Order: sequence, then structure tokens, then C-alpha cells
Amino acid sequence: MKSQAGLFSADSKSISSPFLVMMRKEVADQLHSLRFIILAALILFTFFGSMYVSMANISKAIANSRDPDRLFLYLKLLTTTDGSLPPFHIFVGFLGPLLGISLGFDAINSEQSNGTLIRLMAQPVYRDSLINAKFVASLIVISTLFLSLNLLMIGGGLMITGVRIEPSEFIRILCFVVLSIIYVSFWLNLSILLSVKFRQTATSALTAIAIWLFFTIFYQILVNIIIKAVLPDPNMLSQEQLISYNGIVMTFLRFVPSQLYTDATTTLLMPSVRSLGPLTMEQMAGAIPSPLSLRESLLVVWPQVSGLIAATVVCFAVSYYIFMRREIRT
Amino acid sequence: MNGLTKHYGSFKAVDNLHLSINKGEIFGLLGPNGAGKSTTILMLLGLTIPTAGEARICGINASRNPIPVKRKVGYMPDNVGFYNELTALENLIYIGRLNGIPEKEVKNIAREMLVEVGLETAINKKTGTFSRGMKQRLGLADVLIKQPEVIILDEPTLGLDPAGVKDFLELIRQLNQRQNLTVLLSSHHLHQVQQVCNRVGIFVAGHLLAEGNIETLTGNLFKTAPYVVQVTLKTAIMPDVQALQLPGAEKITINGDVIEISGQEDITPDIVRYFVHKGFDVTSVQKKTYGLDEIYQQYFENNLKENAPNEKSGRSFFGRFKKH
Repeated sequence: MKSQAGLFSADSKSISSPFLVMMRKEVADQLHSLRFIILAALILFTFFGSMYVSMANISKAIANSRDPDRLFLYLKLLTTTDGSLPPFHIFVGFLGPLLGISLGFDAINSEQSNGTLIRLMAQPVYRDSLINAKFVASLIVISTLFLSLNLLMIGGGLMITGVRIEPSEFIRILCFVVLSIIYVSFWLNLSILLSVKFRQTATSALTAIAIWLFFTIFYQILVNIIIKAVLPDPNMLSQEQLISYNGIVMTFLRFVPSQLYTDATTTLLMPSVRSLGPLTMEQMAGAIPSPLSLRESLLVVWPQVSGLIAATVVCFAVSYYIFMRREIRT
Repeated sequence: MNGLTKHYGSFKAVDNLHLSINKGEIFGLLGPNGAGKSTTILMLLGLTIPTAGEARICGINASRNPIPVKRKVGYMPDNVGFYNELTALENLIYIGRLNGIPEKEVKNIAREMLVEVGLETAINKKTGTFSRGMKQRLGLADVLIKQPEVIILDEPTLGLDPAGVKDFLELIRQLNQRQNLTVLLSSHHLHQVQQVCNRVGIFVAGHLLAEGNIETLTGNLFKTAPYVVQVTLKTAIMPDVQALQLPGAEKITINGDVIEISGQEDITPDIVRYFVHKGFDVTSVQKKTYGLDEIYQQYFENNLKENAPNEKSGRSFFGRFKKH
């Protein structure tokens, strides 16, 4: 007993902070949980499926001399398809939310219903360490998953085709990875927020999925109905009015995170995309159909990216606030 | 604890509580469900902010400096839970790490603790398969791994079988003696508290009604009539109190064939002699001694008379008690 009492003063260097300890445990928990394994396997399958399809069609896509993007072999690998399977970034737009939700929906409330939350809070740790650790741990898991998948794709491409990768291509792919991580972490934070708010894990999971379904399916329908009811018929409009009409529709559609994600990834992975809104004939006149530089593509997607980051931060801030003010009682 | 008060809306969970617990003693916080015991404990740990007053542990204000308090205090909640998918050892190592035990030693310390609480056979079993008693033991190991100065146990004996309760309380007593730990335990099981506690505090509806050791409490409460003798007769006699002429008896109640006589002195032989002399067939004579049960009930009844609005919690408690 005496030797143990002395331990607390002894070498403080090997003592890791509670936050790191919690993070380690959360990462291990996520990796061992069945639901993560299932979803990771699902993403892996879609990744290999879409890679297979694009590999089969890559020679056609590269040979297509009318495509200004044909020189970007690796971007083509990510986006080419023959129509039988959607490209990988569309899959991520669809499966990413599910991954985020599954990683976060029971973050706080399962601890609470298990009675482990109060036991953790009775340890000498700050309360926010827990929620921060949960978020960072899931973020690490997601980042590792996406980064390794894309590096795998690049490596595989190098092995199979032997074509050198352009630096700008590599950076575009990295940006795509970062964007995917931000997108998934938005859903992750949303589900953490719900897990703080609701005491039952089932309620928070169902609510998160309901929000996801609403944004994926019903929101577009709703926007179309409302716009038809409120705005005049587009066939009656002049050219200029039509442009502003389309602008309004796009603005409303961009409240959906998946729309932001699709816009941003499309621009990043297809360098020839130069605007996400409608272009007038005057703007198009004199434009050479050539790929944009990396910087210009980034400028085009910047509003989308900042929108996604803002949504993510807001969700996290709200869940942080609620969690800190919450009575820790079972 | 100094004038500790907690309101939930208009409901006063804990009302102006003054209490101090000495180092090295086992203090029992007694009270019916919903009396505010758990709230008090959470305030002591700084997990709930008091509406007024302050709680100090080892001289540290718990609501302003919760981290140093939590370093010194081990707390076992009433519904102790563990990560079901981890083994007992892993659960314990996690808590050890959170308490800043160096990586090299944490495994050995955790193992020692598990042996100490008697879980050496279940070290590598997942806690999801643990029985209630094993969880309580693991909870105790969990509390002890941080080498606390004070341990607070919220309803530690809840849901344990009698043998388990006995072992568990014995374990607590041993720890208290060996390491000079201060123990605060809350319970509504009076007999169990009676077995281990040096002092108890009776806590009803947010008020501390009495504190002290069991002898003092008995003395205070039954000053008027410390001795009660219950006599059962073969045949019921007329409930005519005046007819019984007993010197020294202060209060006599007759209920069919059971007669209860209370007084200042122990007059059991006189009573028996009296009944035999009068020609009644005495089947049993019982001298009542006061345990915590009676003390508790008595205090509670007094409180009920004073606080008529608290009827609801009182009745349920009382009803539960009668079943015993």
C-alpha cells in the first residue's frame, strides 16, 4: 500500500492527460464496435466497386479528346463511370451521413444509461474532456478511413497504369478527403448533439436518420412545391429573370449539407467545372473549355466548404453547451 | 457542509443542511427514497451546484474546485455501471489512467485492487456478465484505485443478498480500519447501517432531523419512556387501562390480548408477577430494545406530524416499512 501512495508524486512524464486516455479508449471502442466494422466494410465495398468500374472505363475516358479533364488520370479514376455504378464521391455523399450518425448517435446517452457517465464525472477530469474526446476520436477514425482509402486508390493507380501523379491532382484528392471528413463530421456532430439531447439511444438514432432522410429526399420535393406555389412559372420569364429564378432555387437547395458536399466535390474532382450556378452566354463567350487551376477550383468551392464547417461547428457548440449545463444524474 | 441548499424549481431537495464528518469515521446518511441523500452527495462532489451554501471536503470548496476534490474522494453511485464490452481489469485500468496512475504500474495496481475486493477469479471476465454483487465489488475497487482519503458510497447495499451485504460491509469496515479512510454511506437499510456506522444522520425531505451515534439517538428520542414491555395473554382482557394498577408504568396500551407497557424503569418482573397474581395466563413477555428501525420510524413519524404536506412520500415509505 505504501508503495502505491508514492506513485502519484513519482515521474509525472509518463502520465498522460485524461483527455488522451479517453480519446484512446474511444478510438478503440469505435474500432471494435460492430456497427463501425459494418459501415466501414460497406464503404470499402462501394469504393472497390466504383474503382473497378472506373478502371474498366478509364482508357475510354482518357482517350476522349473533347474532355478537358482527360489529362487528370487519378481524378478520372475517382469520377469515371459507365452508368452501372455511381462514382465514389456520390457514394460518400450518401453513406457518409450514415457513418457519422452511427459513430455519434449514442455518444453521451449510452454512457448515461449505463451508469458510466456519473462514474467518469466523479474522476478528476473536466467535463468537457469527455465530449471533446468523443468527437476527436471519431474524427480520427473517419480521417484514417478516408485517407487510407484514397491513398490506396492512388497507389493502386500507380501500380496499374504507371502514370505519374501530378502535384495538383494529389492536392485535389487530399482536398477531397478533407472535404469528406468535414462532411461526415457534420453528421457526427449532429448525432452527438442528439445524443446529448435525448436520453434514449434509439430516439437519437431515429431522429438523426429522420433528419438525414428529410434532407436527402423530402427537402428537394418540398423546395420544388413551395417554389412552384410562390414563384411564377419559369416558362413565362425572360432570360434574366430565369437566371435569378434558378439562383433562388439553388440557394434554397444549398441549405442541404449533401448538396454543399456534392457541389464542392464535383468542382474539386472535375477541374473543368467553373461555376456552380447558371452561366450566361456572355460569361461563356470567349471562355476556353480548359481545366481550372487548383487555386481557382478552391475559390469556387470555398463558400460551400465554409458553409459545411460552420454547420459542423454550430452543432458541436450547441452540444457542448447543453452537455456542460446538464445535470449528471441517472 | 454549511447551510447547503438545493432547489429544483420550487422543490427543495436539500434544505439548509449543516453537517460535519470527522476524519476516519464511518458516517451513515439515512433517509427514505427521495429525501435528498443523493443530491447532497452530488453537491459534495461538485457534480451539482448548490443553490446556496457550500460543501467543503478536506478544506476544499467542492463547487469551485471540483477537480482536487475528485482526486481525494472516491464515489460509488447507486447504480454503478461499467463498460459492458470491457473486462473488469480493463474497466479498472481505464479509471486508473484517468486518475493519472503511470502506465507502467496501472495494470498491477488494478490487479491488486481486484484481488483486494475479492474478484480475483473474474479479472478477465467481461463486466456485462457480472452479477449485481460483483459489480458492487468492482465499484469499490474502482473507488479505491485512486487511493482516496474519503469514500462516498451511495446506497452500496442496494440489491445485494444478505450474505453479500454482510461481506460488503465487512470489507468497508476493514478498509476503514486499515487505511483510516473516511466513509460516508447513504442507505435506507437501517440494520446494515447500524452494523458499520460510527455515527448516523437521519435525513427526511431535505432536512437533517438528527445526528449522532445510535445510543445518543435512542436516548434523545425515548427519553420519556425508554423501557417497553409487551405482554401477550392467552385470553383477551377488557381494554380497561385504569383497571391495571402497575407502579412505575407510564403508558399502557391494550390491543386485544397484547398489552404494551412503557415506563422509566425496567419493571418486567413486576409486570409478570402482577399478571400471574391476577390469574391471567401469560403466553409471552417481550422486552423491546430500540434499534435504528424504531429510531428511524419514530423520527419519521414526528416529522410527518410537523409536515403534513409531505404526506405522499411519507405514506409510501411507511407502507414499505410495514411489510417488513
